[in-house]
Amino acid sequence: MTATRAEYCVIACAEAWRDAGEILASPMGLIPSVGARLARLTFAPDLLLTDGEAMIVDAEGTAEGWLPYRQHLAFVTGGRRHVMMGAGQIDRYGNQNISCIGDWERPKRQLLGVRGAPVNTLNNPTSYWVPKHSRRVFVEKVDMVCGVGYDHAAGARHHRIPRVVSDLGVFDFATPDHSMRLASLHPGVTVEQVTQATGFALTIPSEVPCTREPTPQELKLIREVLDPAGARAREVAV
Amino acid sequence: MTADEAVSRLESGMTLGIGGWGSRRKPMELVRALLRTGVTDLTVVSYGGPDVGMLAAAGRLRALVAPFVTLDSIPLEPNYRAARESGAFDLTEIDEAMFMWGLHAAANRLPFLPVRAGLGSDVMRVNPGLRTVTSPYDDGETFVAVPALRLDAALVHVNRADRRGNGQYLGPDPYFDDLFCEAADAAYVSCERIVETAEFAKEGPPQSLLLKRHVVTGVVEAPGGAHFTSCVPDYGRDEDAQRAYATTPWPEFAAQYLDGRTA
Repeated sequence: MTATRAEYCVIACAEAWRDAGEILASPMGLIPSVGARLARLTFAPDLLLTDGEAMIVDAEGTAEGWLPYRQHLAFVTGGRRHVMMGAGQIDRYGNQNISCIGDWERPKRQLLGVRGAPVNTLNNPTSYWVPKHSRRVFVEKVDMVCGVGYDHAAGARHHRIPRVVSDLGVFDFATPDHSMRLASLHPGVTVEQVTQATGFALTIPSEVPCTREPTPQELKLIREVLDPAGARAREVAV
Repeated sequence: MTADEAVSRLESGMTLGIGGWGSRRKPMELVRALLRTGVTDLTVVSYGGPDVGMLAAAGRLRALVAPFVTLDSIPLEPNYRAARESGAFDLTEIDEAMFMWGLHAAANRLPFLPVRAGLGSDVMRVNPGLRTVTSPYDDGETFVAVPALRLDAALVHVNRADRRGNGQYLGPDPYFDDLFCEAADAAYVSCERIVETAEFAKEGPPQSLLLKRHVVTGVVEAPGGAHFTSCVPDYGRDEDAQRAYATTPWPEFAAQYLDGRTA
């Protein structure tokens, strides 16, 4: 069985929660959601998952706890959570923008608003998911800092951006100045494709590994249990 | 009282809190009644959904305090976007947690509460009035001092209420409706059904009694009063009606909506 690009993305998202223990996984977007549930069913069995409303559910969807928004915010500030947010823009230090494009006073394009990005990034690990890697998203400087990057965090004690997953690869901040580094390429993607689609200079290690292969069991879970309708292909084609 | 009577207590220039979250359990019947009045120049405080979109489209906002505006199943609220992109009102954009602690501060008669959120982000740049506070203990950490979000009035919608103003929610999430009422000088609660007080126990467990009558000024019976937003378990979001709202130019939509003929 050959994995599709969307399935490599699922694996790359799932890996964000490896060995996370008994914490809340908050995936935003379809592929991160499939990834979190895959992690829960395989290598991160202690993860807490939500139904997207106000309940904590197990991998089969059975409610095991109550999580209204105010308690969700307490999970954030208690640090027992790893969220994977989207990003309208993200820069080399991991500053993220979901508020607006252009001048905040009079935006060219109003997006959602800051939502919980400021509190997330100062309190619990925050990763990002970008389904279409492009220079419009990976920018030199974001128009509005919502999620706080390493250069703005000033060493805040609970600040951590474990990874950024896109349809092209996985990125982290394991560099001396915490600028973004290419951590792995999804099979079939070249370094040139990534640098072409990125609006700033990434750190590129001399040897870039490939995102790992899904196991046969993982592929079966993705295809038959977690996303039998194949909705993942609508988020990431190829 | 009726929805029209409730909103007759509101005045132009007020700071108005609106309960619910996104496109969930929004007091739409009260918002609709408000849109029928001439009340304008409002500062609205909301985890924003179509309540904000409609008031913005109708030109009633002087200012908005919000962490987001969304229709949930339709991520970007079209009327809100258009109003923001034309610079139609002032925005105080704060984080979801800052917003919640601002309501807590107001409900607890505190001038502010310290929050580990906002620092390092452009929330500080676009809200130059925000101040920080340093822990007086050994940790010495600096926090944002989120100012109290005190409200002149609050509008919320719940599943059941009695005539005295006790309110019951039967869905999975209270959102922050109790805090909105506690943070306000006056609170108007619409509900799916007014019940005798003794009926509450049959409807749900004790913890479903979210709103206490001492912070509620008026109760409006409004079946379908959150429509097209969700009000589970009475009804879910009416996605068709929401889509119609999101795709119809506001003047055209309003002509039907305001006298109750659609949505």
